[in-house]
Amino acid sequence: MIRKRKSCLAIVVALLTVVGFASSAPASEAKKPERIGPTVKIHRGEKCVEDTEFMRRNHMKVILHQRDETMHQGIRTTKHSLKNCVDCHADPKTNSVLDQEGFCSSCHEFASVKIDCFSCHTDKRDKNAVAVAPFKGVAKRVQP
Amino acid sequence: MSLSRREFIGIGGAAVAGMALAPGLRLVELAQARSPDEAVTSLQRWGLLVDIGKCHDCDACVTACHEENGVTGHGRPATDPQWIRKVTLKDKQSGYVQTLPVMCQHCEEPPCVDVCPTGASFKRADGIVLVDKHICIGCRYCMMACPYKARSFVHEDTTDQKPQVPRGKGTVESCTLCVHRVDVGKIPACVKACNKDGNKAMVFGDLKDPNSDIRKQLAAGVSTQLRPDLNLNTGVRYRGI
Ligand code: SF4
Ligand code: SF4
Repeated sequence: MIRKRKSCLAIVVALLTVVGFASSAPASEAKKPERIGPTVKIHRGEKCVEDTEFMRRNHMKVILHQRDETMHQGIRTTKHSLKNCVDCHADPKTNSVLDQEGFCSSCHEFASVKIDCFSCHTDKRDKNAVAVAPFKGVAKRVQP
Repeated sequence: MSLSRREFIGIGGAAVAGMALAPGLRLVELAQARSPDEAVTSLQRWGLLVDIGKCHDCDACVTACHEENGVTGHGRPATDPQWIRKVTLKDKQSGYVQTLPVMCQHCEEPPCVDVCPTGASFKRADGIVLVDKHICIGCRYCMMACPYKARSFVHEDTTDQKPQVPRGKGTVESCTLCVHRVDVGKIPACVKACNKDGNKAMVFGDLKDPNSDIRKQLAAGVSTQLRPDLNLNTGVRYRGI
């Protein structure tokens, strides 16, 4: 009796294994972990002012440098200004970089790094300053 | 005379540009044409002249300033920020009443900068006195030191700031002489409003340029600083007090 049960179990296990393999082939993909990471939506422009790889690691240094130059020396080039970041990357629906899927917030929440910028700076795009259709080249800033 | 490298380059640049330009173009136009990647220099000093004789019962400047800079209150006058205000003077003897706008006077020797423990309060090379809110710790020493009560503390969370004018809770702020406008060659919002909707009582310009409107007007008649006894050499001057 016991032996019979055991063999039954073995058959079931074998069957399940075969079915399992068949449905999840190829085997290598089954082992890949689910991709984890923030949703980073790019809304405007085809190209950032610097390489994406560079910006991922260095955006904070770039805007920190520009911040001091603008504040103390009145240098107002737009290339590395925080305002320029927001003008390009704000979500067209909310106009913000901070909402749930916002360009800044999604990544920062994922990495658990608090952003201080927006306690003073607006997280909203300057509606007057950008006069370029989405997805057509790098946005150009136009002074109102 | 010691000139920094940047100032020297600035002079060179101005001279070259000056030669290339047609005669009759004034230095102020050169100044306003400063390209966005050029640093400000002490070749300029921005200032304001307010003619109290023309300034009457009107607050176009105050409205325009607070609109331009996104300065909003919460209906609590004691703590709401105020970058510019109208002050009423009454002669007790004659009963004659005058009003004048008062804002940061952009002192050449600013007491707010002297007392600031962090270096957040500073004077730009072109004379505009600002608070670097990235550094300000909100100690409010500068508010105590300012003889003109020009500074405000932001007590509450800010929303909907203007893109060019960041403002945030826990920092001190005051008139920036519309630095974001001046840097792109425009005049401050209060002056623009006064000329348009007000009584044309304000003139803005470069105090160091002998051909500027403000210099000519200052040279043509008597004007005063508020509290001249303090020897702060303010950038904002008044006429007719
Ligand atoms: S008026 Fe007050 S805030 Fe402005 S520079 Fe002078 S001391 Fe500083
Ligand atoms: S409140 Fe800010 S700007 Fe004023 S003295 Fe303190 S640190 Fe300096």
